[in-house]
Amino acid sequence: MLRQIEGSRAVAEAVARCRPEVVCAYPISPQTHIIEALGVMVRTGELDPCEFINVESEFAAMSVALGASAAGARAYTATASQGLLFMMEAVYNVAGLGLPVVMTLANRAVGAPINIWNDHSDAMAVRDAGWVMLFAESNQEAADLHVQAFRLAEEVSVPVMVCMDGFILTHAVERVDLVSQADVDAYLPPYVPRQVLDPDDPVSIGAMVGPEAFTEVRYLAHARQLEALRRIPEISAEFAATFGRDSGGLVHPYRTEDADVVVVALGSILGTIEDAVDTVRQRGRAVGALGVTTFRPFPLEALRAALGRARRVVVVEKAFSVGFGGVLSTDVAMAGTGLGFDVATVVAGLGGRPVTEASLCTMLEDAVASRLGRLTFLDLDHGVVERELERMAERRRSGPTAENILRDIGTGAGGRS
Amino acid sequence: MTTIQAMLQVRIHGRGGQGVVTAAEVLSMAAFAEGRHAQAFPSFGSERTGAPVVAFCRIADAPIRTREPVMTPDVLVVLDATLLHQVDLFAGLRPHGAVLINTSRSLDELGILELARRHREERFITVPATDIAIEHVGRPVPNVVMLGGLAAFTGSISIDAVASAIRERFSPDLAERNVAGAGEAYRYVESAGDREVLRVAPD
Repeated sequence: MLRQIEGSRAVAEAVARCRPEVVCAYPISPQTHIIEALGVMVRTGELDPCEFINVESEFAAMSVALGASAAGARAYTATASQGLLFMMEAVYNVAGLGLPVVMTLANRAVGAPINIWNDHSDAMAVRDAGWVMLFAESNQEAADLHVQAFRLAEEVSVPVMVCMDGFILTHAVERVDLVSQADVDAYLPPYVPRQVLDPDDPVSIGAMVGPEAFTEVRYLAHARQLEALRRIPEISAEFAATFGRDSGGLVHPYRTEDADVVVVALGSILGTIEDAVDTVRQRGRAVGALGVTTFRPFPLEALRAALGRARRVVVVEKAFSVGFGGVLSTDVAMAGTGLGFDVATVVAGLGGRPVTEASLCTMLEDAVASRLGRLTFLDLDHGVVERELERMAERRRSGPTAENILRDIGTGAGGRS
Repeated sequence: MTTIQAMLQVRIHGRGGQGVVTAAEVLSMAAFAEGRHAQAFPSFGSERTGAPVVAFCRIADAPIRTREPVMTPDVLVVLDATLLHQVDLFAGLRPHGAVLINTSRSLDELGILELARRHREERFITVPATDIAIEHVGRPVPNVVMLGGLAAFTGSISIDAVASAIRERFSPDLAERNVAGAGEAYRYVESAGDREVLRVAPD
């Protein structure tokens, strides 16, 4: 059913249609509206049977999801930013145990400095934890990916994280075709666990494993991810057959067929990038875009196929590895081994800074004209940076950088005035 | 008639507690009710009562892909006139742009007559939306009332679609009171003299 609906609400509706048996979460912006909506659905009986568990922290949220999943329940939670970091130990455990928990990550910057706005720093911090990580371009895709996530997670016994840009998607009201219960029931079979804590057939889960078998257990976690990589396009195709629209899959190419320059990115920024591609194409430049929907497992072959003709690839990232540069860029460079394209990284949209089509168009023109460096921070205010560097050079006790800069640009949150 | 290519972009300014975000949401729902594509989103500050808040709405006949904030609005809605001299409300306003200000005072009394004349004075209108809200809704919440004014002043959305969106968004009693308020603002603007209809061109 078509609705004009907030992204968080659309995701809550999609999750509810998947009949989760345990929902546990701790509130943190910008994820909160999803969990609030599910809480209401459990209380009113719209989502039944389902146990909604208020927990005391994100660490507890993921631990409860782990326990519920090990007991054979379909378990769901959501978090963001510092909340994800706080649950980190359990995030690794869920993946290591092969438990099919589904979690929404409402992407948000990681402090310090504390910042509630969107970027991908939180997702990049768990890149290697062993979860499947899917990135939504729109709220329609965010809602649809959750339905596919439960299917994939339970088939392959691997946890799945659906990443959607905090505020930009979670708080945006737009048109979403909500899935029906009948369609979801046809698409998503009941959960049949590979391993379950069953008093009638007891097993232990979570044994200590020493050097004699740790490598083999970890290798099999990798093999499950590779199985997920194989299944994701099929699960997306089956979704299209049931629901009548394309969502998910490995990558989304946009006007890449004849493109010299291709921009690669994750998440909602792709919409603005596609507009920029159209604008720059009108000026006669052969540019295109490639959305990476499946970030882990990383679809090396799909990228090679989509980028094979490109002369230059620009990876626009809402996060970076401090002291090095791009994160996704490294993966894209690996995918491009032997293909002969350059990879440039553009870091954009950190901590909620708007990424404008105008800035993207300028960046694309720079890329076409070979003026783009290896690492660029889009719309960086060099004056602000230089003035803080001068303060630091002037005296040893120059004080905290964030407060100095806020005082400099006049937003008044600095300690001294 | 001024025709806008493909997309109408609205920026709504107000303060925390005035329903700025809800206004953008309801406007997007009204456009949806007319079968159009719409996108509404807030400018995501830390929400505090009284703090300046901005929300955006885009309306188009085709799917909307961009996620950038509305930088060059076709329509500017100001829910709190005390923001006029505090925030750069008019940044990026397009040459044909329409400006609706919630106030019972005149542009001259607000100190922006000169500014309005430098733009196009006939594209500015004041609507006593807080007074109308107190009368009909029973609370000084001007957000939804202003959408009635927007419907009349810009012609870019029908008052019926606004009413339909209000009824979808609010409980029945609150909805009817807001529908009445929006209707009064609509009639107020219609009777306020010359206005220029602002239309989004179909693709």
